[in-house]
Amino acid sequence: MTEAVTVELEARVMTGEHFMLGDHACAEAALAAGVEFFGGYPITPSTEIMERLAHRLPRVGGKFVQMEDEIASVGAIIGASVAGGRSFTATSGPGFSLMMENIGLAAMLEVPIVIANVQRAGPSTGLPTSVGQSDLLQARWGSHGDYGVVVYCPASPQECFDLTITAFNTADQYRIPVFVLMDEVTGHMTERVVIPPEDEIPRVARKRPSHPPGEGTYLPYKADADLVPPMAHCGEGYKVHMTGLTHDERGYPALNAPTHEKLVNRLVDKVRLNAEKIMLCEEIGVEDAETVVVAFGCTSRSARRAVALARARGHKAGFLRPITVWPFPETNIRRIIEAGHIKQFVVPEINLGQLRREVERLTSLPVKRINHPGGAMITPDRIVQEILS
Amino acid sequence: MNVTPASRETVVDSHPADGLMRADRLPHILCPGCGIGSIAHCYIDAVARSGIGEDRHVCVSGIGCSGRAAGYVNVDSYHTTHGRAIPFAMGIAVQNPSLVVTVISGDGDLTSIGGNHFIHAARRNVALNVICINNFNYGMTGGQAGPTTPRSAKSSTTPFGCWERPFNLPHLAEAVGASFVARWTTLHVRQLQDAILYSMNKTGFRFIEVLSPCPTGFGRPNDIGDGLTEMQNYMRRCVVDEDADLRDTEIDLTHPDSRIVVGNFVDLDCPSFHPALTEPPPPPRSAAAWAAVRPTQFRAS
Repeated sequence: MTEAVTVELEARVMTGEHFMLGDHACAEAALAAGVEFFGGYPITPSTEIMERLAHRLPRVGGKFVQMEDEIASVGAIIGASVAGGRSFTATSGPGFSLMMENIGLAAMLEVPIVIANVQRAGPSTGLPTSVGQSDLLQARWGSHGDYGVVVYCPASPQECFDLTITAFNTADQYRIPVFVLMDEVTGHMTERVVIPPEDEIPRVARKRPSHPPGEGTYLPYKADADLVPPMAHCGEGYKVHMTGLTHDERGYPALNAPTHEKLVNRLVDKVRLNAEKIMLCEEIGVEDAETVVVAFGCTSRSARRAVALARARGHKAGFLRPITVWPFPETNIRRIIEAGHIKQFVVPEINLGQLRREVERLTSLPVKRINHPGGAMITPDRIVQEILS
Repeated sequence: MNVTPASRETVVDSHPADGLMRADRLPHILCPGCGIGSIAHCYIDAVARSGIGEDRHVCVSGIGCSGRAAGYVNVDSYHTTHGRAIPFAMGIAVQNPSLVVTVISGDGDLTSIGGNHFIHAARRNVALNVICINNFNYGMTGGQAGPTTPRSAKSSTTPFGCWERPFNLPHLAEAVGASFVARWTTLHVRQLQDAILYSMNKTGFRFIEVLSPCPTGFGRPNDIGDGLTEMQNYMRRCVVDEDADLRDTEIDLTHPDSRIVVGNFVDLDCPSFHPALTEPPPPPRSAAAWAAVRPTQFRAS
């Protein structure tokens, strides 16, 4: 067995204008966000994220490890995160399913991690090289038990960069797992990507214990008013204990209903009560719209075009794009309904009705569906047809 | 230490190991006669003697009775998901190579549900000290058969006797590339303490199997008796043979006089796994400083 390979140091942030693949933009954002550890397993169509980091991460002083499977990847990135480094993995649907138990662990231990899921068409092996958007509900509800997560859905390579940066900041701010829910089309699309100078990249620091170990009492799970407890890393002398069992403020198992209620409510409330701050949503022309098309990810590109075409034909169409699908931008939808102009929603998505359920639970107006289980984009013409019918 | 006689029991206010145990978590959940407490104590003894600051030690465990060990030791400790202690520990060890990371978990956790992680961490020679507490069954869930349950042994899921071939864990660990492989029992407290201490100071993937009584889950259906009886069984049957061919170290409970081979079997000096780095990996701790604690003669490899 040989010693580790050593490589030349290079710049972490590729400041400048690039013609870049969505997957690569995601990887570059992870680097720009200061990722120190990547553990992953190859899977189409996310592999380019991993390959880019295999080349780049060691050269910026980080650690790239190819793990034996996806659940190990999440285990390793949680471990690296409790050891103090921002950590990251990337996958697609089948790997995302395999990660779920350890995603629940990250939520329960309150360890910040970021996972990019470049969606393909499922279920099972499905269409590995083709587009899908059917992990929407899995991203929110995939692991057992109740917990809060935040999910960003980029619709362009530029957003793959920008939202991956945001994802790391949100994960550290709230100590939660955060997902960048891409799709095969966005991941494999090449467009202009502008990477800002290093000092312009927003960085939210993890909240840390306020005093050194041994001085005063540090309770690893005593939350502040924002419901987030400060986080000590291993090796710092705090002698923390973290467990996936229901635990008290000391981090010790406390297997009773009142402790469980307090803990799990806080895990959910960290996101729920901060939802207005976290939610991102793009709206075009919804003020007077009689039809609002709600779409995310690559499908939002077709929807944006369809709304413009419908407007050109004299129909008052509007466009609403959840950038955070979770928390879902309920406030924006409710405001549109309360304005009173709207007569119908149209929800195109590359699954059989996952986003539609979110819209339907907010309104009694007609919600028209345009669905495809995966393997093909929904065209603007198809959406226009539904808007006008 | 204040010793207060109280009927036939001895009650003490403190214990020399209190600083390294989370005494505020006592009483523990383990059954009478269980060996896990002894093993946790051997671990903290090794931590105390290691000369490496307590702050540099990390303990990671999976799920099950043995998985609770991390909850009682007063170092940075993580109780993770079932079978996944090793990848979690690997993330820590790779992110911060200055830490001494020990995994304490059970035979079912590490070699059934976590078997894939076990073989790959050993193959990579990740800097981990893995203590596998083998009690031949799934104790926490009430005594089901696992990958180490000996042939013909009864359990709640093998009511007619186990008909599967069990793992011979030292052989497995050697085959997949572990740098250090040992097997001891909870009877061999000194040897186990020394093996853990020695192992803490080595590079690469180190594996110590510890046979441990489980009177409640495994002893009862197999008429082994209480924990003490199982310890007497170890005393009668164990043979220290550090030159043993690990293909021949299977544990056979069907023949009461068959021997159980224990010892420090494998001791190789191989660099730990490091990913590609911009600077050379940190040097391993000096082996010379540890020659004194070398417990017994190791097999030349």
